[in-house]
Amino acid sequence: MNAAGFPILSLVTWLPMVGCLVILSVRGDEETVASNARWTALWTSLIVLALSLILWVKFDPTESGFQFIEDVKWLPEYGVGYKMGVDGISVLFVLLSTLLTPICILASWETITRSVREYMITFLILETMMVGMFCAADFVVFYIFFEGVLIPMFLIIGVWGGPRRVYSAFKFFLFTLTGSVLMLLALLAMWYQAGTTDLVVLLKTAFPPAMQPWLFFAFFASFAVKVPMWPFHTWLPDAHVEAPTAGSVILAGVLLKMGAYGFLRFSVPMLPLASAEFAPFIYTLSVVAVVYTSIVAFAQEDMKKLIAYSSVAHMGVVTIGIFTFNIQGIQGAMFQMLSHGIVSGALFLIVGVVYDRMHTREIDRYGGLADRMPLYAFVFMLFSLASVGLPGTSGFVGELLVIVGSLQVNFWLALLGGLGMILGIVYTLYLYRRMMFGRLTKADLRGILDLSPREIAIFAPLAVLTLWMGIYPTSFTSFFDASVASMVQHHTQAMAASLTDVAQLPNAVTLPNAVALPNTVALPGAAALPHAVTLAGILH
Amino acid sequence: MNWTLALPELVLSIVGMAILVFGVLRKGDNTFLASMFTLGGFLLAAILVASRNPGVGFNGQFVVDPFSMFMKELLLAGAALALILSLDFNRQEGLSRFEYPVLMLFAVVGMMLMASASNMMTLYLGLELQSLSLYVLAAWARDDVRSTEAGLKYFVLGALASGLLLYGISLIYGFSGTMDFAQLAKLLATPAAASPGLIVGLVFVLAGLIFKISAVPFHMWTPDVYEGSPTAVTAFFATAPKVAAMALLLRVMATPFGHLLGSWQQLIILVSIASMILGALAAIGQTNVKRLMAYSSIGHMGYALIGLAAGTPAGIRGVLVYMVVYVAMSAGAFACIIAMRRRGIAVERISELSGLSRTDPGLALALAVFMFSMAGIPPLSGFFGKLYVFLAAVQSGLWALAVIGVLTSVVGAFYYLRIVKVMYFDPPLEAFDRRPASLSFVVAVSGLFTAFFFIFPAPFIGAAQAAAKVLFG
Repeated sequence: MNAAGFPILSLVTWLPMVGCLVILSVRGDEETVASNARWTALWTSLIVLALSLILWVKFDPTESGFQFIEDVKWLPEYGVGYKMGVDGISVLFVLLSTLLTPICILASWETITRSVREYMITFLILETMMVGMFCAADFVVFYIFFEGVLIPMFLIIGVWGGPRRVYSAFKFFLFTLTGSVLMLLALLAMWYQAGTTDLVVLLKTAFPPAMQPWLFFAFFASFAVKVPMWPFHTWLPDAHVEAPTAGSVILAGVLLKMGAYGFLRFSVPMLPLASAEFAPFIYTLSVVAVVYTSIVAFAQEDMKKLIAYSSVAHMGVVTIGIFTFNIQGIQGAMFQMLSHGIVSGALFLIVGVVYDRMHTREIDRYGGLADRMPLYAFVFMLFSLASVGLPGTSGFVGELLVIVGSLQVNFWLALLGGLGMILGIVYTLYLYRRMMFGRLTKADLRGILDLSPREIAIFAPLAVLTLWMGIYPTSFTSFFDASVASMVQHHTQAMAASLTDVAQLPNAVTLPNAVALPNTVALPGAAALPHAVTLAGILH
Repeated sequence: MNWTLALPELVLSIVGMAILVFGVLRKGDNTFLASMFTLGGFLLAAILVASRNPGVGFNGQFVVDPFSMFMKELLLAGAALALILSLDFNRQEGLSRFEYPVLMLFAVVGMMLMASASNMMTLYLGLELQSLSLYVLAAWARDDVRSTEAGLKYFVLGALASGLLLYGISLIYGFSGTMDFAQLAKLLATPAAASPGLIVGLVFVLAGLIFKISAVPFHMWTPDVYEGSPTAVTAFFATAPKVAAMALLLRVMATPFGHLLGSWQQLIILVSIASMILGALAAIGQTNVKRLMAYSSIGHMGYALIGLAAGTPAGIRGVLVYMVVYVAMSAGAFACIIAMRRRGIAVERISELSGLSRTDPGLALALAVFMFSMAGIPPLSGFFGKLYVFLAAVQSGLWALAVIGVLTSVVGAFYYLRIVKVMYFDPPLEAFDRRPASLSFVVAVSGLFTAFFFIFPAPFIGAAQAAAKVLFG
């Protein structure tokens, strides 16, 4: 069946739902239910984590295609199947999701006191959706999970969030939904074109050059909102500020990666011509994101908002890397995503630590915490430095690779993208100085306690990973070496093919031709699929 | 002449008359028994429908094919759910009279005729049998001003629509010399036969049918009738009659006038776009949950019509899948609305749902499932309904329609989310009254169907495919 000998991807995806059922069946008074719900959720997510480590062990890094494939008939007549599989691009994101979920459940251990049972159920559903999305090897399945994430996240922000939670939850939901539904149209167009939604087939399908720009923008609408790229990022600070700590961690750690993952999974390999054509456009938005949101972050008074804006800047580096189309750039983007998933998740947890104690996120309300909280200061420093890309931490590897990759494209792109690192140092260290150093003058901070054992347990794995990734990145890059190399090769070939085909070139490069799209799309497709011939045709 | 083709309708009519006799002769409150007999009649009819062989009877007036079977099963299911919803509601509201299930039964007979119509005459007879029963049902709470107003409004506007329809039929007959669908199709295969007069007739027929499915621009009656009618009747309006009218619309457009696709496609596109936009925008400001559902149903009809606008078997398949999903969602949502009672008084404002997640988590969860599903969020069933109509639109190259469709679904998501927000984010109010088992049953059945449709879509989509294919002869 596959390397693991059993349907491991489905198991990892759906096991959290079993946890939900167990939690639902718990009876008793509120305290018992809450405590049982917490333990069940934790154990479920730990078992899922343990199972997903099998992927780590059994994954064959030399293979560039999908592995652990499961294919169950679902709608066979329409070319849609329940198909799961991971390749080098997605396997580490599955692990990232399964790692962050138990950490989030631990982080919500004491902070969530209201409707604990519902909270844990929502979180486990969220885990199913996230893992399923990264495991999906069928476009329809992917889309279902991709959009399904919205429901639990909407509830997490809206039910357990801060004072402006309703506004933020709606903004999050509607922004992302608008992008997703446009991607749905791209899905349908590709489905119609290829006759199937199997990603393996779609990845090999050459979509007509005239169609590519439209598909690209449909995907762009969805992924740019999710990443988020400037100027579609405005939902992010709101969502982060209002979400509970664990919600922010998942949002920054996994949900943002879904957008970049989408670019890597769909836009770049399936639409090589349009991707190349619009790469400058992506560069521009990314550079603006890097520079502008870094400056905005510097001006923030709210810790969570500051980290939220820094996420936008870091994701800008990721999108630059993806659209360099060379090995270093894409590897850097991949690495940066993984690193950012861990580091920004940890930073939100760090904010959560003091928020739980003082119930404020205003930077000015803190100061001199290093005196009272030495352990906390150490952890905070570690992740701050990882965030700004100090050599020896995970942040460095990704940013460096992206800069190297973008240097091959354009010197200014590399320079402006790299500027983000410098600006990052400015606002991150400024935040650190304001919170941790100086004299402890605020009276209410005198009794603040250092990290509890639970909190140490939360940070320890993240800290180890950050250093591991920084010191020996090969143990991670080896997972996606082959996949990235084949993606780059595929891209180069597609570009070369389009250049040799002189007749196709005008269509591929200039946008105005694409105005005639509806006709050009419908005609070849109708010929390919007899069942879609129009009404009058059938009657004749 | 093969009269056994109409056996389900005949049996159902006989059951109806038997219940009438029984109700008159037996003293006391017979509603519950009459309802049970009606349910039994529906079940019997469903079995009979399933066991029919396709064929044409009554000199081509009546057709049984996979399409009519599909629609009949669906509308019987919708009507049965609506009848179960009325059981306790009518008792609580003091509306218990045994004529209620009988009227519903005859409306259903009319609807089944509509689904099987293959002649303008059958079409009109079925439609009127249905409509007359529905007019009475709308005014069922005869001592309530809003209900009688709803009945009167529905009657006057419905009569106008029937007039338009009849006028259109007479024009078509005048210009073509036949009322038979098959002959019309044969005639219109030569483009010269499509005289302007016939096209005008077609537009009138279209107007009458669009009124029945309450799509823009003939939707004005919907919010008032939905709000004014007793909620159980509204639940009925939102399910079976919509299916029947849609069946009629699909058959009339596809079979006799299939060759005139170019003439009516633009109209359907316009109606579809207008319905989606109005359904999405007008619902935002509503505070009454029944009115909200009215606008929501207008929007849903807009989405379903995308499939018809595509004018392909794939499009019709999309409409059919959409109707299946829609019936389950609506029945479930209305069951939740009927469950909104405090101290014996039915409440209808959206704000009354405040904090329902804490006072009644089960009901809140179910209503949230229906709302997310109506918004078209996967993996709920509403997503699959939209998926197939949009797929058909994309296949036919109707990009504008598809883009407007997905964007209005985002606007629509806003007001569906608002209900979820009220239930989940707002502080709780006093709990609702204990809901009767009949409501819980409908909520559970339609909730499970909506939530887990994604596991077993293949049989429904296969049946819809078979039904859609036959429409193009």
